[in-house]
Amino acid sequence: MKTLRIYATQNLGLLIAIAIFLVLYLIYATQLSRFGMNVVLQNANEVVPLALVSMAQTVPVLLGGLDLSVGPLMTMINCIASEFLAGDIWSVLFGCVLCLVIGSACGLLNGCIVVYGRIQPIIATLATGAIFIGVALFVRPTPGGKVDGDLSWALTNDINELGYTYGWWEDLGWFGLIPLPAVFLVLVVLLVWIPFRRSATGRGCYAIGSAEGAAYMSGIAINRSKLAAFTLAGFFAACAGLYLTLLTGSGNADAQQAGSYTLNSIAAVVIGGTSLFGGTGGCIGAIFGAMVIRAISFIFRVIDENSIFGFLASPLLQSLVEGAILLLAVSLGAARVFRVRNRLTLFT
Amino acid sequence: MSSATTRMGIDKPILIAGAFVIVILLVGSAYTLATQGTLSFLSPTYLLQQLQIASFLGITAAGMMMVILLGHIDLSVPWTLSAAAMLATAVGGPAAVPVGLGVGLVVGLFNGLGVAYLRVPSMIFTLGVNTVLMGLMVILTGGFAPQSAATDLMLFFGRDRTFGIPHAVILWIAVSVAIVFILNRTPLGRYMYAIGNREAATYLSGVNTRLVIICSFVICSLCAAIAGLLLAGYSSRAFQAMGDEYLLPSIAAVVLGGTHILGGRGKYLGTVIGAVLIVLLQSVLSVMQMPEAGRQIIYGAVIILMLLVYGRGDKLRA
Repeated sequence: MKTLRIYATQNLGLLIAIAIFLVLYLIYATQLSRFGMNVVLQNANEVVPLALVSMAQTVPVLLGGLDLSVGPLMTMINCIASEFLAGDIWSVLFGCVLCLVIGSACGLLNGCIVVYGRIQPIIATLATGAIFIGVALFVRPTPGGKVDGDLSWALTNDINELGYTYGWWEDLGWFGLIPLPAVFLVLVVLLVWIPFRRSATGRGCYAIGSAEGAAYMSGIAINRSKLAAFTLAGFFAACAGLYLTLLTGSGNADAQQAGSYTLNSIAAVVIGGTSLFGGTGGCIGAIFGAMVIRAISFIFRVIDENSIFGFLASPLLQSLVEGAILLLAVSLGAARVFRVRNRLTLFT
Repeated sequence: MSSATTRMGIDKPILIAGAFVIVILLVGSAYTLATQGTLSFLSPTYLLQQLQIASFLGITAAGMMMVILLGHIDLSVPWTLSAAAMLATAVGGPAAVPVGLGVGLVVGLFNGLGVAYLRVPSMIFTLGVNTVLMGLMVILTGGFAPQSAATDLMLFFGRDRTFGIPHAVILWIAVSVAIVFILNRTPLGRYMYAIGNREAATYLSGVNTRLVIICSFVICSLCAAIAGLLLAGYSSRAFQAMGDEYLLPSIAAVVLGGTHILGGRGKYLGTVIGAVLIVLLQSVLSVMQMPEAGRQIIYGAVIILMLLVYGRGDKLRA
């Protein structure tokens, strides 16, 4: 019981994000007349790219920095992947691995500029973000692509559909209804994020975000942790780019879309309970933050004009409500400001 | 560095960025000399044209610098700029400019109150304000481009010229003089640098830090609103998302000018040169028929290289 309470206080932000998401999604599900697994699948498909980008944003934020290049990097991988995700299984596999490697390498480049160039992350990634958009435009000056249609269909549906498409298996019952995007997300968390978080390097990231000087004095390999963090961010952004390619079946070097993914990822990270000053939070929170952001837009599709929320029925209100919820969520954290006895404690 | 240059407010970033501006012009001139046999980049017409375009970025960056000096940032600039321009053109008549400036004032106050009193990180608070402003403008216009046109006063400042000198440049100079005065000659300016260095120490020195933060955010949003009004005058109309391409370049201009992104250090002259540098770089590259992809790559590489020369942080020491 005590450990449970400690866990709850340490992960309050995450729990709040989960609660907000559940409330929003319950509203959505009850308003929708034909709610079923196909709706969940569609929602999951819309959530996963933003969730992965938000995970990418989380890691540099844990260090106390900010990565403005996650959106552009995702766009760049999207454009590169649109050239490679075709042909037989081996060439597709090769394309996927290539994209992930390029993404990680770009993340490592960010890390090198931050660590060895000693340039602040926010401004270094502003510059590399421009470079990534440039490369994306170079690879794909006009939207399009030659993504294999079967592949794109099979990997963005549920487990059953994957089996039908390639003739691997027949109906698997309820298990087959699990959406593949959710499976991918869980796999990335279990195979990449959790091991990283439990490693000395990952814990080093948390230490650096809390107090870099103290971490240095404690003998933590500062440079290695920072390089690893940015590389991991690049890897997550590459996953997002890959999934976006599967989802849209094409590549599009859209700087505006890249910018909005970056800004949404910051919002998702904060809603998920990660502090922008670094040191607390994690990728799981970011995933739920992304789900909250997307759930808001889901609701706007289903509100009945005659219900009590009828005044919200106009889709034009969407960004206003999104912004208002973001402001409200971050202002809730301001409660502590009015409780402190000594204002000096605020200046940390 | 000699004391004379230091006294004039010229430091290493300003010298190097200034030198780079000259390099850009020389490379561009060599290109035009080789291809067309002219020196069109050095003609007063071209330079004044570029200064006019740079004035929109320059004024936005001037405001952004006030906030960055505190160690904060204002991500609501794009839609403050757009909202001021769109509301001003929607209202029209003699009330247009006051309405536009009023938007800046209100947004700045709101941002300042949120950051100073609620102590929400400025990064996320202004991001939320940006989204809200976007939402309000979408509701106002119904999601379509507004049909209204810029008023005469906005055209006068944004587009017109006297003796060939664009009024936008004159306004930029006026804003610059005001900001240099605030930064160097008033307590407010001193306190801005002080808060950027250590907020707790400034607070303990008896400074009303909350008021300083609010003032900085108000100046920032006012500058964005002025830039929006000018830009609406320049293009004779206001449109959705007209401010989107000013957010990151304005931050880049401030940082290229030698202002520390974490606050506390920086000279205003650097921000001016940073804005000129970015505008000239884009313009010269597009005249040299560099495709958009190459321009973005060069733009990013220039920022990194320049900062590697003079923008490096301190080494972590025990």
